Amino acid sequence: MIRVQENDFDIGAELARLTEGRSDLGAIVTFTGTVRQGAGDDKIDEMTLEHYPGMTEGELERVEAEARSRWPLAASLIVHRFGRLEPGDNIVLVITASAHRKAAFEAAEFLMDYLKTNAPFWKREVSGDKARWVEARASDDANAKRWDARGKAAE
Amino acid sequence: MSVKLLYFAWVREQTGIREETIELPQEVATISDLMTWLKERGPEFAAAFAESHVIRAAVDQTHVNHDARVAGATEIAFFPPVTGG
Repeated sequence: MIRVQENDFDIGAELARLTEGRSDLGAIVTFTGTVRQGAGDDKIDEMTLEHYPGMTEGELERVEAEARSRWPLAASLIVHRFGRLEPGDNIVLVITASAHRKAAFEAAEFLMDYLKTNAPFWKREVSGDKARWVEARASDDANAKRWDARGKAAE
Repeated sequence: MSVKLLYFAWVREQTGIREETIELPQEVATISDLMTWLKERGPEFAAAFAESHVIRAAVDQTHVNHDARVAGATEIAFFPPVTGG
């Protein structure tokens, strides 16, 4: 399941909804990405996340389907926010659930690596009267690529 | 053939527009051709596509390379490398 929204999300409520009535789950991993304030020249006051409505949902569904083809996930959720955010605010939530922890851990990491290089979002940071578009990191590409060499991982 | 073009992030800021519909010229076969053609449309477009090698494209909401063909597309988007998550 994927969702793109401007509003904040409640991690506990999302987790409860995803796992309600499920007794087959032995391992649940939740990852939350938040807005980092930074320090010095990198200190920010606020951030705006722009996205490509339609393609964003399509890409998130695609990466979720890819994860589910690689690991035996019993449930999964991706929630990604857009719009104006402040330091400390939630940006993204990934939940993966499986019978055993290895699949859940790996799938969560895979989902984050893949969505960072594929989902059409762009961060614009504001610091005082200056604004700048965040540049993509080479390390993000490297993180996503390392999964390409690996076939199906944990069972 | 008419096609909808969309621009995001700093590509949108530099072109000054979010989306438009254009008639694809005959000589435009690929994404790369389209960026070359767009550059000729004025100073804003020349600036936006000056470093066209860093710009990413999507055809009908799917990521494509610069050598992808544009025939049959209904929607083409141009944007910087993504920075979500």
